[in-house]
Amino acid sequence: MNRLVWIALIILGLLAPYVVYPVFMMKLLCFALFALAFNLLLGYTGLLSFGHAAFFGSASYITGHLVRNSGLTPELGVLGGTLFAGLLGYVVGSLAIRRQGIYFAMVTLALAQIVYFIALKAPFTGGEDGLQGIPRGFLFGLIDLNRVYVVSGRPLGLNLYYFVFAMFCLGFWIIHRTIHSPFGQVLKGIRENEPRAISLGYRVDRFKLMAFVISAAMAGLAGATKSLVFQLSSLTDVSWHTSGEVVLMTLLGGVGTVLGPLVGAFTVVTLQSKLSSVGSWITVIIGGIFVVCVLVFRRGFVGELARLLKRSL
Amino acid sequence: MAEYVLETRKLSKEFKGFSAVKDLNLQVERGHIHALIGPNGAGKTTVFNLLTKFLTPTTGTILFKGIDVTREKPADIALRGVIRSFQISAVFPNLTPLENVRLALQRATGTSYHFWRSDRCLDKLAGRAMELLDSVGLAEFSGEITGELAYGRKRALEIATTLALEPELMLLDEPTQGMGAEDVYKITTLVKQASVNRSILMIEHNLKVVATLADRITVLQRGAILAEGPYAEVSQDPRVLEAYMGVHP
Repeated sequence: MNRLVWIALIILGLLAPYVVYPVFMMKLLCFALFALAFNLLLGYTGLLSFGHAAFFGSASYITGHLVRNSGLTPELGVLGGTLFAGLLGYVVGSLAIRRQGIYFAMVTLALAQIVYFIALKAPFTGGEDGLQGIPRGFLFGLIDLNRVYVVSGRPLGLNLYYFVFAMFCLGFWIIHRTIHSPFGQVLKGIRENEPRAISLGYRVDRFKLMAFVISAAMAGLAGATKSLVFQLSSLTDVSWHTSGEVVLMTLLGGVGTVLGPLVGAFTVVTLQSKLSSVGSWITVIIGGIFVVCVLVFRRGFVGELARLLKRSL
Repeated sequence: MAEYVLETRKLSKEFKGFSAVKDLNLQVERGHIHALIGPNGAGKTTVFNLLTKFLTPTTGTILFKGIDVTREKPADIALRGVIRSFQISAVFPNLTPLENVRLALQRATGTSYHFWRSDRCLDKLAGRAMELLDSVGLAEFSGEITGELAYGRKRALEIATTLALEPELMLLDEPTQGMGAEDVYKITTLVKQASVNRSILMIEHNLKVVATLADRITVLQRGAILAEGPYAEVSQDPRVLEAYMGVHP
């Protein structure tokens, strides 16, 4: 994509907290990264995981635990959460890639439910309460992530915001690089025609597993960052609702496009926040939007736009 | 004794009591174009799936260059130099023809697991990819979307992609199926070109193509060999005429 578009997006990201409520913006970024990680698997490898919340949520718990109970600095906590999610991705992926299509999705869902159950019952996760009051701490032991700056009368937690933005950019860059790498080319081949990729001599299971691990780790990075933003790891993070939400975000925005998950996550999170007053009806409204999307523009917002412009976005 | 690049011994495959392939002893000589023909349901594609490990044989052995490869995985056999095509055209539809061929060339670079590198490092393969596309007459379509190409061109692209891997043995599953006369001629020429310095085993229904290309023919019927030999001999065999063409002499 055009270099100018990238620069414009980065500048927008840097200026956003001065315009939008920063905590809302950070939530957007976390879920956008989550959706981007998911899209690496669905859009570029053709694997539908129905249990991605397991990686998002478990990283959130691990980071929360490391920072709150072990007193690690936030960047080490996030690193720990991300690595754990990658490891969990290796275990889940090794089991799931033996099956294809709907069975693959069912295996990931089942294993994610096990993770949910552990989160509910294990002593170190806080059960129904979750991990509360996770301290944000000092980045590298130096920069206070709680620090609030007053800009034209508004208190802004800029240190935390820019930390989250940096994590998002790092995750985005890793995913983008993976898609546009020699490895990514083989992934596309597998998505397009798996038997042919095998007959060209590619051991597709290894490629799928590696893609799964990268995707899980990046979903973990999103979850880990989220736990610092809200100072909370809860059952919602590992629940199947969250797994479903990320599917919804990716499909709404446009599966297999670079910017689609970003747009999808922004849409869903914004709707959830703007419509929070209607209570549980929100699920119905988002469901309705999803139905319209599938019926009218199947490729998602960005997917349809890309088709109109005849270029990949 | 002639040297066999591929040999099967008593190869059998049963599907729930139905034997699709029965005690097949097939020998492909090095440098030959060997055709596998037979009526529908004779087990030709099953044989291909067995040879390329997409199916596991019930009994019997498969030897490639004298090495037992019966228990290997599909990707392993491909790495040994046995590359197959499929009955339905096997292309990557949403990539360009150039990317299709490049994906095959890429394997030898050893960078296929490198997710941290830019795919610009594959640009150096573009020259060779264009050469291969040119050799099958697709150079001018290199940047199109493969899925939108005409059927005959997809088959040609498939051959170019297969050739990119420099296979020792090519397995072609009905390369001219569903084509008009002109495309059939083109593909026949391509297969002939491709057969230089390598062996080819092909399933083919078009007997004219078989007559032009094949050094040796094996006729299958109900999973077993009915007749074998050069075209002139096999085509006169009364059992073949009856089974394959429905002619009663």
